Amino acid sequence: MNKIRIVHYINQFFAGIGGEEKADVRAESREGVVGPGAALNAQFKGEAEIVATIICGDSYFNENVEEAKTEILEMIKKYNPDLFIAGPAFNAGRYGVACGTICKEVKDTLNIPVVTAMYIENPGADMYKKELYIVETGNSAAGMKTAAPALAKFALKLAKGEEIGAPSVEGYIPRGIRKNIFREERGSKRAVDMLINKLKGEEFVTEYAMPYFDNVAPNSAIKDISKAKVALVTSGGIVPKGNPDHIESSSASKYGKYDIAGYNDLTVETHETAHGGYDPVYANDDSDRVLPVDVLRDLEKEGVIGELHRYFYTTTGNGTSVGNSKGFAAKFAKELVTDGVDAVILTST
Amino acid sequence: MVKEIERAGIPVVHICTVVPISLTVGANRIVPAIAIPHPLGNPALDPVEEKKVRRKLVVKALKALETEVEGQTVFED
Repeated sequence: MNKIRIVHYINQFFAGIGGEEKADVRAESREGVVGPGAALNAQFKGEAEIVATIICGDSYFNENVEEAKTEILEMIKKYNPDLFIAGPAFNAGRYGVACGTICKEVKDTLNIPVVTAMYIENPGADMYKKELYIVETGNSAAGMKTAAPALAKFALKLAKGEEIGAPSVEGYIPRGIRKNIFREERGSKRAVDMLINKLKGEEFVTEYAMPYFDNVAPNSAIKDISKAKVALVTSGGIVPKGNPDHIESSSASKYGKYDIAGYNDLTVETHETAHGGYDPVYANDDSDRVLPVDVLRDLEKEGVIGELHRYFYTTTGNGTSVGNSKGFAAKFAKELVTDGVDAVILTST
Repeated sequence: MVKEIERAGIPVVHICTVVPISLTVGANRIVPAIAIPHPLGNPALDPVEEKKVRRKLVVKALKALETEVEGQTVFED
């Protein structure tokens, strides 16, 4: 059998081009492996080979989705692959979204099997898990050692057209697909056994996990914004210069609450960003680009809004767990209610 | 965070660059921003023009807060 031909997609960081300051580089293709592709290739043991690697900056991809998709598709076509792999993206949000988006595009357009890998809380996972095989990884690149073999093994199976088993067996994120299978015991017996185990406080595994919906219905609109007290919240990490509370640059364990009563404008002297997930140059130069205090102050003076709340709340959104973010906001939202805030503008980078 | 603020009963508008992420997270009022490292700015413009652009986005966000929505709504131009 001929070697399986694979094209691999990675971002600028894993290609060694650079971090956030290089996140706007356009897509390029290189022959052979780059970065994590080497670990994958080693696992293929000669059965498959990465013939080319596509590299694209995470910001470029997400800010120019249509162009990026078209450009990358053209590059992939040239190599006539049997399989397409993207990532692993771990918990890098924009990278995960890019991996999912390009995988779906390749699957739909070129009609070849595709697979990506990421952490379950990566927004890309939620967006694409129904349509794609996404091998589950840890939340940081430190997990590459286990992620690469898992991804490579799954990719080989997929390329060879072997049957893919249940998510818990194969290690991919559940897609919500049900299959008819024969079991030794009939359903009623299994259900009663499960119930008995549950009553005894013992472990049981459901055969049909209920989907978890957590949408919050929108609140009513503000009747008259010129009388409203408006608060600013951001996941863009804007903090007073020097980051007095040491909010982490990623995977934040806390949020900050800061007084802006005396500020008409955030400047390079007064504020900066603590966020480690985007190029900080522009926000450090003028934090209004993330937290628009200057404009809201003007609008307050002009009577367009009633009042700008004297405190803003901030954290860094990159790699911060859903659990932490929920906890932060549940806490400060109570304060906002107590303080009589009518509306919130939340900005994200 | 958007969802928890909404859950607390305060209407919230999310100004963000990557709209699909905001939709996945569950924001109800969404205003697309300019770019990831400068959602409410554009360093290529001179400061006066840049502030105008920022003001336009903030005013759009305020309009979104004044608009009744049934479910997730992206406020395009």
